[in-house]
Amino acid sequence: MKNIITFILAVIVPLLIITVVLRQASTENKLLEELREDYSIPHVPSVDHSKHEVLQQEFTNPHEITAACLSCHTERGEELLMSSHFTWEREEYTPGRGVTYLGKKTLLNNFCTGIFSNEGSCNKCHAGYGYADKSFDFENPYNIDCLVCHDNTGTYEKLSGGAGYPTPGQDFSAIAQNVGRPTKKTCGYCHFYGGGGNNVKHGDLEMALLTAPREVDVHMGVDGGNMNCVDCHTAENHRMKGKYYAVSSENRNRVLCEDCHTPTPHINQTLNTHGAKVACQTCHIPIYAKVNATKMNWDWSTAGQRLEGKAFELLDSLGNATYTSIKGDFAWETNVVPEYFWFNGTADHHLLSDKIDTTKTAVKINTLLGSYDDPESKIIPAKVHRGRQPFDKVYLSILQAKLWAPKEGEGALWVDLDWERAIIEGMKYLNRPYSGTYDFITTEMFLPVNHMISPKEQALQCQDCHTRNDGRMQMVEDAYIPSQTYNATLDLFGKLMIILSLLGVITHATIRFISNKKQKQSH
Amino acid sequence: MATEKVYIYKAYERFWHWTQAFLVLFLALTGFEIHGSLNLFGFETAVTLHNNAAWAFIILTIFTIFWHFTTGEWRQYLPTTKNLKAQAEYYIFGIFRNAPHPTRKTTLSKLNPLQRLVYLSLKILIFPVMIISGLAYMYFRYVKDGEVVSLGIRSLERVALAHTLGAFILVAFVIVHLYLITTGHTISSNLKAMLTGWEELETDETETHDINTAKDTLGQKHNHPEKPETL
Repeated sequence: MKNIITFILAVIVPLLIITVVLRQASTENKLLEELREDYSIPHVPSVDHSKHEVLQQEFTNPHEITAACLSCHTERGEELLMSSHFTWEREEYTPGRGVTYLGKKTLLNNFCTGIFSNEGSCNKCHAGYGYADKSFDFENPYNIDCLVCHDNTGTYEKLSGGAGYPTPGQDFSAIAQNVGRPTKKTCGYCHFYGGGGNNVKHGDLEMALLTAPREVDVHMGVDGGNMNCVDCHTAENHRMKGKYYAVSSENRNRVLCEDCHTPTPHINQTLNTHGAKVACQTCHIPIYAKVNATKMNWDWSTAGQRLEGKAFELLDSLGNATYTSIKGDFAWETNVVPEYFWFNGTADHHLLSDKIDTTKTAVKINTLLGSYDDPESKIIPAKVHRGRQPFDKVYLSILQAKLWAPKEGEGALWVDLDWERAIIEGMKYLNRPYSGTYDFITTEMFLPVNHMISPKEQALQCQDCHTRNDGRMQMVEDAYIPSQTYNATLDLFGKLMIILSLLGVITHATIRFISNKKQKQSH
Repeated sequence: MATEKVYIYKAYERFWHWTQAFLVLFLALTGFEIHGSLNLFGFETAVTLHNNAAWAFIILTIFTIFWHFTTGEWRQYLPTTKNLKAQAEYYIFGIFRNAPHPTRKTTLSKLNPLQRLVYLSLKILIFPVMIISGLAYMYFRYVKDGEVVSLGIRSLERVALAHTLGAFILVAFVIVHLYLITTGHTISSNLKAMLTGWEELETDETETHDINTAKDTLGQKHNHPEKPETL
């Protein structure tokens, strides 16, 4: 007997303890640790560009810089001519439309509405030089702007209203000798300022990401992963991974969290199974626009007002414009709770040639496609940017106005503050008909939110969605979400059944009590 | 009125009954929290508790099925139409006139025809529906080899609705059951029986409706333990 007890104490108990301890160790997320390790290795360039003689020259025009780059990187030019950063359109299959060529080159948007007739201003952010109008040569590799993406000095500037040309007078020789992998700053040079100002368009991409802590974005946060855009948006032959569904249509070449984190990254399997229908972003981006405000509403219909004959603007307490004569009324928000939609990675777009259905509450400038029944679809968070844009009351199409011109008298709204003339000029540029009568119509644009991932402690909790009345998924159709969803008929039937049971029991007991009393009295 | 004490419920039976009773109530509380009707533990805790209690319920059910067959107790639940009407009439009329129970309870036949019918439907209909829909709810999607796979049921809604309907029926059952146990010889004699195993039963009534004999119900002999000194 003693031997048995000794055996149990000496062998079995320690074994048990070791097993329990080891089991606990296995609950550590090893994958996350491995990723942290991998991405903490700094990128070391293999080339010191300052040693290249071809770059040690005083460049007299930007095309010469491109030529110098291509003299070594001989095939990169051809690659970039195929890249959407340069073509501003992609050949994609759009459901219901077939093969389309869509992108910034052809599409409307819900901010500055479209580039047509405004190229000189909008195309500051084109990865090229001189895309000032329809006549731009997309086949000429010397029209590529290498520096806007590859400048590592953080000083390269493109000229406002310069159709992509750089601001003159920069030390191009120094910039050209300090090129390398794109940085947060180079990507952000355009992507943080979409829509005409910091964080106007995306809400989850803004200049605060250059300095923000991990609470704002765990990956890019300087005290977090301190990762670069290109760590996730990797490129093969200048074709960047990642899709932005204001301009993309196909479920192809997307950057997915699962690429690094696997489809089942949680230790808790219930959380893992959510991944079949819920995108990671839904729980892990509880709010966006965490630092600076983003534009949520843009009403063009009020543009054109003057104060004492002049254009003016009104600012809110944070310095964000709530009205400008050239653009109309704006609404800004910070710490915005996203709206949620089924999304399968494909999108449709409202084209200039599409007829408006005036019976609908809003014109959807783009449509995120997906549904519960579609196995490719997941619930994603999105920023919905609402607005009012001009449309043709007779032809029922969205109208493109000429917004920008370098000087007065060309009919640009931002210069001359005349809607009628701006529309005529814009439609003339497009060679599209305009009936002569316009009005404004409510528009919506859907921008999936993918950045500003919060630390896991701040991710949504179960009860943020699993609650009866004010859950986050209230507007998501067809999903049965325990706590939130219920069948009213069944619940009524169930309640009635319980009430009737109680009533029956109480009635029966009462009668029993009374008749019992009577019998006792009669005895 | 003369009474005698009869050993009705065996130890395992009582253990099973009370464990099941506790689990059903606990599952109802946590389940209706998951449904969104209550707020007691918080959704996440409610789910964990509900799932754990569900496994306990399933294990108990498996053991109890085994017990039913090895002891032959399953025969207690064979439905009969004999006395069914009388039993119903007793609850509707007789009970108010202090009429005798139409069915005599013995160790070998402890259930009246109405009980047989109701408990049998719980066993072959409600509990299977709850367990199957519950498992389908738990494994609607599950993780296999690092991938989320689906059971292939189109919508969680159907599973959830079946489970909810069963839950409502069980709650209604519990209400009626809790009341009907007060209709024994005394208000508490049924409850005492389920706690101790021994029930106080009337002996001086003419057993006109007795359908129960040792042979035609259980077909086996029972050893009555000694009556305890105190009750």
